[in-house]
Amino acid sequence: MSKFSLVTKGFIKDNPTFVLVLGMCPTLATTTSAINGMSMGLATAFVLILSNMAISAVAGLIPDKVRIPSYIVIIATFVTLLQLLMQAFLPGIYQTLGLFIPLIVVNCIVLGRAEAFANKNSIFDSALDGLGIGLGFTVSLTIIGIVREVLGNGSIFGWKFIPGDGILIFVLAPGAFMVLAYLMVAFRKIFAKKL
Amino acid sequence: MILCLGTITLVCGALLAGIYILTASPIEQAKKARTQEAIAKVLPPFESLSEAAVDGEFEYSFAMDAQGDTVGVAIKTFSTGFGGRIRMMVGFKTDGTVCSTSILEHSETPGLGAKAEESAFAGQFAGFDPAQKKLLVKQDNGDVDAITAATITSRAYCVAVQNAVDEFRKLMPAAPAEIADTTDVEIVNMEGNINE
Amino acid sequence: MEYILIIISAVFVNNILLSQFLGICPFLGVSGKVSTAAGMSGAVTFVITLATLVTYLLQYYVLVPLGVEYLQTIAFILVIAALVQMVEIVLKKVSPSLYSALGIFLPLITTNCAVLGVALTVVTKEFTFGAESHMLNLGQSIVYALATSAGFALAMVLFAGLREALALNNVPKLFKGVPIALLTASILAMAFMGFSGLV
Repeated sequence: MSKFSLVTKGFIKDNPTFVLVLGMCPTLATTTSAINGMSMGLATAFVLILSNMAISAVAGLIPDKVRIPSYIVIIATFVTLLQLLMQAFLPGIYQTLGLFIPLIVVNCIVLGRAEAFANKNSIFDSALDGLGIGLGFTVSLTIIGIVREVLGNGSIFGWKFIPGDGILIFVLAPGAFMVLAYLMVAFRKIFAKKL
Repeated sequence: MILCLGTITLVCGALLAGIYILTASPIEQAKKARTQEAIAKVLPPFESLSEAAVDGEFEYSFAMDAQGDTVGVAIKTFSTGFGGRIRMMVGFKTDGTVCSTSILEHSETPGLGAKAEESAFAGQFAGFDPAQKKLLVKQDNGDVDAITAATITSRAYCVAVQNAVDEFRKLMPAAPAEIADTTDVEIVNMEGNINE
Repeated sequence: MEYILIIISAVFVNNILLSQFLGICPFLGVSGKVSTAAGMSGAVTFVITLATLVTYLLQYYVLVPLGVEYLQTIAFILVIAALVQMVEIVLKKVSPSLYSALGIFLPLITTNCAVLGVALTVVTKEFTFGAESHMLNLGQSIVYALATSAGFALAMVLFAGLREALALNNVPKLFKGVPIALLTASILAMAFMGFSGLV
């Protein structure tokens, strides 16, 4: 697989949200606005790239039986690192995303990539894989966030262009499920030939 | 096997301890900066700020101009909203009018109660004079327009501001005489910076 | 009174699946049949309650006294992983049929955000009771964990029932699988919104 397609596969073919249907909790919970969705995606991408590289580096040294716990410890380390950095430098976003930052530890995407890719590929390839999947996740979350913010609040990235209240249900819980469902259908329709 | 997992945990733990020590002071600063920012947002321009003093769940600091005269008081206050605790900063001018308000933390529903942060609602409190107007939503015969479909949050916002007003009157008992309910005022040590 | 508030809030108002979005993977993954959904709920209930008990003690008797609260995430997930391993071994011995039914999802409870989510919520979030607001004590934490699991089970079983009925219907090709499940969940979430404001 070429280096380029390692990065791009996360957008369409292996899109973690619309095709693999992984990491649904943050996808539904944090996409109330475009900026929140994007922040969550980037935070996950940060952990994914670093954990992919670290796991790829130590994979040969870890006995098979304690493989999963070891990976979880490594991932949790990077998540805590992210928590500390965000508290220091991005406290506003850290507070908005709240519980879902520590919950990156249990995001199936991160552990999934460690198992499926990082433990049998080079450090550099693993980093690219993390970057690709991470950005694919970020783009998906941003799109969901944009749709929900436009419909629910009449604004995009906080810039209000439709006066008034918007259709509230899209910002609330049922809207999360609904928008994701229709976007998934749209994704299947548009990329039918490439999947 | 156990040894390997133990080693990994130890290495990770040590790494995090290091990062924790490195980030401890930036985190502390970020927290301080956030409070300072909120204070600056809710008060008229000022030169210096007194150390925050704590009174129960309230926190307050006095703002002085270049001559050392008090120009305002910022009070950290709270109430219970729809989704949990709302904490906010309320700034007062020395005459007892609210200068401005700013939410520090809340867990209200996005798109509904969370609109309390927007200026359409929060702007109503800028220049609000609790001696002249009633700090209640219109549904309760007050002077505050509630957020559409979020009356509980709007009420909680009013309660938080009212709590701050009560605290302010406790701190500045010499405020205008037309204020009715100052009967149970207790004089609080004001660190010698108040001229009134 | 506080216990009743915690229970109603956790089961109906702030349902873990339909309003907090924790544990969505099993919600979409093992909700094809009511019986599997119930089995999964049982396993999750057991793990959530046990994990909350252990992590509560860990937080207040180890991490806080030692001043290492920043190791919270890593310590909690290790405890949960160990617990799940234990439940798996016990279940394998006691009920092989349930063990085979839950299949791949049992080890995945480790990466079920509901478990870590509840454990973290209990030690980080202030709960409000009327005008009061404070952290939960041990008893309240356990009740909260049990009530949250009950909410999980309720949503899971209802959802599985709906999906069983849907399986007989003719769904447009593009909507097959996850999208139609998400739409069903959306309607169920709307129904649960009726409870908001109850507490």
